[in-house]
Amino acid sequence: MSERVAVRKTYKLFIGGKFPRSESGRSYLVQDSNVSLASRKDARDAVVAARAAVKGWAGATAYNRGQILYRVAEMLEGRRDQFVGLGIPADEVDTAIDRWVWYAGWADKLPQVYGGANPVAGPYFNLSTPEPTGVVAVVAPESPALLGLVSVVAPAIVTGSTVVVAASPSAPLAAVTLAEVLATSDLPGGVVNLLTGRITETVPTLAAHLDVNAIDLAGVVDTDLAADLEGRAAENLKRVLRPLPADHDWAGDPGLARMTALLETKTVWHPKGV
Amino acid sequence: MMFEYAPAPESRAIVDIRSSYGLFIDGKFVDGENLDKTVNPATEEVLAEVTWAGTQDVDRAVRAARKAYDKVWGPMPGRDRAKYLYRIARLVQERSRELAVLESLDNGKPIRESRDVDLPLVAAHFFYYAGWADKLPYAGFGADPQPLGVAAQVIPWNFPLLMLAWKVAPALAAGNTVVLKPAETTPLTALLFAEICQQADLPAGVVNIVTGAGDTGRALVEHPGVDKVAFTGSTGVGKAIARSVAGTRKKVTLELGGKAANIVYDDAPIDQAVEGIVNGIFFNQGHVCCAGSRLLVQENVAEQVLDALKRRMALLRVGDPLDKNTDVGAINSAAQLARIRELSDAGAAEGAQRWSPPCELPERGFWFAPTIFTGVTQAHRVAREEIFGPVLSVLTFRTPAEAVEKANNTPYGLSAGIWTDKGSRILWTADRLRAGVVWANTFNKFDPTSPFGGYKESGYGREGGRHGLEGYLNV
Repeated sequence: MSERVAVRKTYKLFIGGKFPRSESGRSYLVQDSNVSLASRKDARDAVVAARAAVKGWAGATAYNRGQILYRVAEMLEGRRDQFVGLGIPADEVDTAIDRWVWYAGWADKLPQVYGGANPVAGPYFNLSTPEPTGVVAVVAPESPALLGLVSVVAPAIVTGSTVVVAASPSAPLAAVTLAEVLATSDLPGGVVNLLTGRITETVPTLAAHLDVNAIDLAGVVDTDLAADLEGRAAENLKRVLRPLPADHDWAGDPGLARMTALLETKTVWHPKGV
Repeated sequence: MMFEYAPAPESRAIVDIRSSYGLFIDGKFVDGENLDKTVNPATEEVLAEVTWAGTQDVDRAVRAARKAYDKVWGPMPGRDRAKYLYRIARLVQERSRELAVLESLDNGKPIRESRDVDLPLVAAHFFYYAGWADKLPYAGFGADPQPLGVAAQVIPWNFPLLMLAWKVAPALAAGNTVVLKPAETTPLTALLFAEICQQADLPAGVVNIVTGAGDTGRALVEHPGVDKVAFTGSTGVGKAIARSVAGTRKKVTLELGGKAANIVYDDAPIDQAVEGIVNGIFFNQGHVCCAGSRLLVQENVAEQVLDALKRRMALLRVGDPLDKNTDVGAINSAAQLARIRELSDAGAAEGAQRWSPPCELPERGFWFAPTIFTGVTQAHRVAREEIFGPVLSVLTFRTPAEAVEKANNTPYGLSAGIWTDKGSRILWTADRLRAGVVWANTFNKFDPTSPFGGYKESGYGREGGRHGLEGYLNV
């Protein structure tokens, strides 16, 4: 009896809830798998998908977003072994799962912690509420491949923004596999869009894109590139999260900063009277 | 009909303007080399000579601020910083008439506004942030939030002293020291504020004031010894600043331009809405980044609203800023007047209909009559570009969805207005407007506890409230 021939996986991009190949038809080899080498056009397509998803995702109830993020944790838990099989340490997978749970709970709490009523000196109702900034471009950290990616994507989407994330070029398999988790977690298509390939190819396009509201440079190691990207981002005054130090502890308490940096505060006034 | 009023000028004798001012560095006024004049825009009379700081002056100011941060202000307990800020708040209150008159002289805004809006808000702002100085661990930014260091602050000419307060009060409360550059056309109240700092015995170097124009501002913002940049002004300069700090450690907050929609639904109380429209665009001669410069009025009441608006505009008193009856004062500078004229001419050339009430303008000084454009489309320059003057563009809409679509059709996102009697419609609309401040059935209201700042190209960060501390802490 012959041994069963395995069915191998094709690793593709994740744009608008679908898994297309790069429009450029290019790929590169990682861990014996061909991975899409995304082009600038793929980056622009991903922004279009992310923008299209903003209205529904930002408009969803916080409870709903929280449930979906929790569902991601459930799905990830079920695929734990798959990530371990890709070489992700088991404790990193566990931390990544727990991180989804942590952020899931913030969906309907952050507006209370970060917004509130303002006691203005006059007969006015005055309320400040955080709102999502819109489309966020994210450069995932080179490593840890899974926990780093989760730690930059979850804080962006939990509040209602949508993302285009450039995965770690050296460890894209976990990223694409995470996209498969997202695709089966009731997350609407376009909320997370994933590009694999070279940072220097796709990210400058995202940094300069006028329909992107913010950019998180977490995974940019080259300081000159980071400065260049921040300069491009100035064209439409994107909110910029600068790169983190190389020794950043991704397993530590994430705090609120990654969420609040991608929020806009809206303050509504109304007179009181009879 | 226009009621006749006898002139009611506020006396300017209360202010003692020096003939020449140096820079305020390390607690002292120091003379500089390049002097320029600041004029009263209502008369073109020269008020004083002011020093334009060069690169070396800026460097000295930054070093003084650093020294004060390291030696005095940084180590000082929050409760003591608070007391200095409370002192400043009190001194502003005590000298508020003097400051108001000086503000109106140098800026051209009506004394009624500088006296009743600017100065009370300035004092309130210092009073509010004074109270935060010893409560930072409770502000929601962690147990021990730290200041950033030296803050470079560049402010505009439309609310000179108020913008100073918005910048200086939270910076000092959080434990930073500052180098502030006021606008070149309105430096005088900042220089009087420097005297107030002396009077309060504020330690030398905690507040430094360097006067000058764009070059001075650039030297300050780009100085490597600066940890924080806070800027209020045009979106163009804001983008240049964002570029210049790229790759540095400097934390930035930007409060930039706007092209706010003021939406009037057909069930709005028309008379109140008209008051709101007038306040929205003619307050401070329209020199307001959050001015309601695009009126979006529901088509079926457009005629009624415009008739009432024109009647109301005919009653606006344009003239002497120091007259207590004046509603609309002088345009701040010849350059700004030229910009308003250029954009208004473009509006007429592009086919919009221009209207101003009969209005006698003084012969000397910089003046522009309150103006509205009707028949404006979204493509017109007067609907897209910030005019920063008393010019209102009127557009119409049929459905709430169309109102929101048009309101958001701008790269700006600073403020917006909604006029309707229906509560659910207010909240529905407010949810959809991409703007940092939404005034419903009111307009142009400000308070130190209320965060202010923009979405999109109107900048980032918030000033005011608990949120206003964040830009001055390492969080």
